[in-house]
Amino acid sequence: MTEMGAPRFWRNIQQRYRLTGTRCDTCDTTYFPPRQLCPECRREGDVEEQELNGTGTVVTYTTVHEPSPEYEGDSPYSLAIVELDEGPRVTAQIVDDEIQVGDEVEACFRRMGEGGGDGVIYYGFKFRSLD
Amino acid sequence: MDDTGIAGYGGYVPSLRIETREIARIWGEDPDEIENGLGVRQKSVPDLDEDTATMSVEAARRATDGEDSSRIEAIYVGSESHPYAVKPTATIVGAAIGATPGMTAADYEFACKAGTAAIQTGAGLVSSGVADRALAVGADVSQGAPGDALEYSAAAGAAAFLLGDADDAVAKLEGTTSYTSDTPDFWRREGERYPQHGERFTGKPAYFKHTINAGQNLLGELDRAPEDYSYAVFHQPNGKFPVKAAHQLGFTEEQYEAGLLSPEIGNTYSAASLLGLVAVLDEAEPDDRIFVTSFGSGAGSDAFSFRATEKIEETGDSKLRDDLTDVEHLDYAMYARHKDKIQEE
Ligand SMILES: [Zn+2]
Repeated sequence: MTEMGAPRFWRNIQQRYRLTGTRCDTCDTTYFPPRQLCPECRREGDVEEQELNGTGTVVTYTTVHEPSPEYEGDSPYSLAIVELDEGPRVTAQIVDDEIQVGDEVEACFRRMGEGGGDGVIYYGFKFRSLD
Repeated sequence: MDDTGIAGYGGYVPSLRIETREIARIWGEDPDEIENGLGVRQKSVPDLDEDTATMSVEAARRATDGEDSSRIEAIYVGSESHPYAVKPTATIVGAAIGATPGMTAADYEFACKAGTAAIQTGAGLVSSGVADRALAVGADVSQGAPGDALEYSAAAGAAAFLLGDADDAVAKLEGTTSYTSDTPDFWRREGERYPQHGERFTGKPAYFKHTINAGQNLLGELDRAPEDYSYAVFHQPNGKFPVKAAHQLGFTEEQYEAGLLSPEIGNTYSAASLLGLVAVLDEAEPDDRIFVTSFGSGAGSDAFSFRATEKIEETGDSKLRDDLTDVEHLDYAMYARHKDKIQEE
C-alpha cells in the first residue's frame, strides 16, 4: 500500500476502518464502496450512509504465494471475495490459515501495510472465520 | 466517583499461543522448572498484522457494541507499546468506533497500569459532567529479549471499558485509590527495543508493596473486608505473584481464580488486570462486589471496588471466552518469525 500515499488513504478512512457504505431506501440496495447516486433509481433514489455490520460469507478465494513487497513475510495469505450480509461483495484478506467457500466470516481490524519503517501505518478491515 | 460505572466492556486476546515449555526447550532450560516456576503454561502471540492499535480497536468494538459511539467524549489508551512514538493510538480507536471528532483523546504510559489510570481519568470526567461517556483501554504487545526471563511471559491482549452514569452501569464504581512511588524496578530507555529490570526490585519492594498498600488503603477507605467481595483481580505478570498477593490481602482461591488468566495467556502488561476484570464481569451476578488492583513498574498500583448491577444480566458474553478457547499453537521457529516481524517496526 506504500504507493497509495497518505492523503488518498485518509479520504477513505470511514470505508477502511468502519465498513461504512450507503443504502438506497427506494430500491432497498446497499452499496460498498459507498455510492452517492443509486444507479438503479437515479434521481428517485433516497441514498443515505449505512454502517455495515461486517459479517458475510466467502464466495471464492485464492491463496497468494508471492505477495507484493509490502506483504513480504506475511505469505502465503488468502484473498477472498466476501458477500456481506447486506448484499455488497468486497475483496479482502482472510486472516485464518484455512478457509473454505461458504465459510461465515466477520470483519476484523488489522494492519494493511505501512509507508516504510518510518512512515505512517495503514489500518483497515480484513476478515476472520466464524466457523 | 460512585455516581459512575462500567456501561460496557470488552476484551481481546490474539488466537496464537506458544507454550513456555517450547521456549524453554530452545534455550536448553528445564521445561518443568520454567513452567512451574512462572505458573505460566502458555502465552498469547500477536499475528503479523496485529499491534496495540488493532487489539485496542477489537476490544473497544466489543465494549461499545450496540452503544451510540457519538456519546463517547473522551478516549484514553494505556500501553507501553503504542505503534507510534508520536501519534496517539486513541485517535485510531476513536475513528474505528465512530467516536471522532467530538471527543478528547490521549495515550497513557505507566508500564502495566496505564489502562487503569485511563479508567480513573475517564470516570473522573464522567463524574464531573465533562464527558457524557468515556472509553478507557489497556493494551500491549509486549517484548522480551530472546533468552531473557521476560520472553517466557511477555504476551499480547487488550481490554476496553465504556464508562458512564451509574444508572446505565453493569457495574458501579464504588471507589478507587492509588499507591505510587519512585521505584526503579523495570524500565526501557527511549529508543531501546527491550526493557531492563532491576532484579532486586521486581518482587517485594515493587509489585507486592504497591499492590498490597493500594489494596489495603482501598479496603480501609470503604470500610470493607476481603470477604465482602465475590471476586478479586490482580496484575498478573506470571501465575505466581497474583496468587501470593491475594493471600497476603486475605482473599481466597474462590475469589481470585475467575480473574486469573496469566497461566493460559501470559503477561499482557497494560491489559493484564483488565482482562481479568472482563473475565470476572462475564461471570458476575447482580450485587457481586469486585476488587481490582493493577500494578505498573516505576511504580504504582490503582485499586478499584466495583459492584455488579441488575444490568449485568442483560449484557451478552464479551467473546473473551472464545478468544481463550479457540487457539492455535506455534512452534518456536514460527514464533521467532512473528517476533522478528514485530522487531522491524
Ligand atoms: Zn435505488
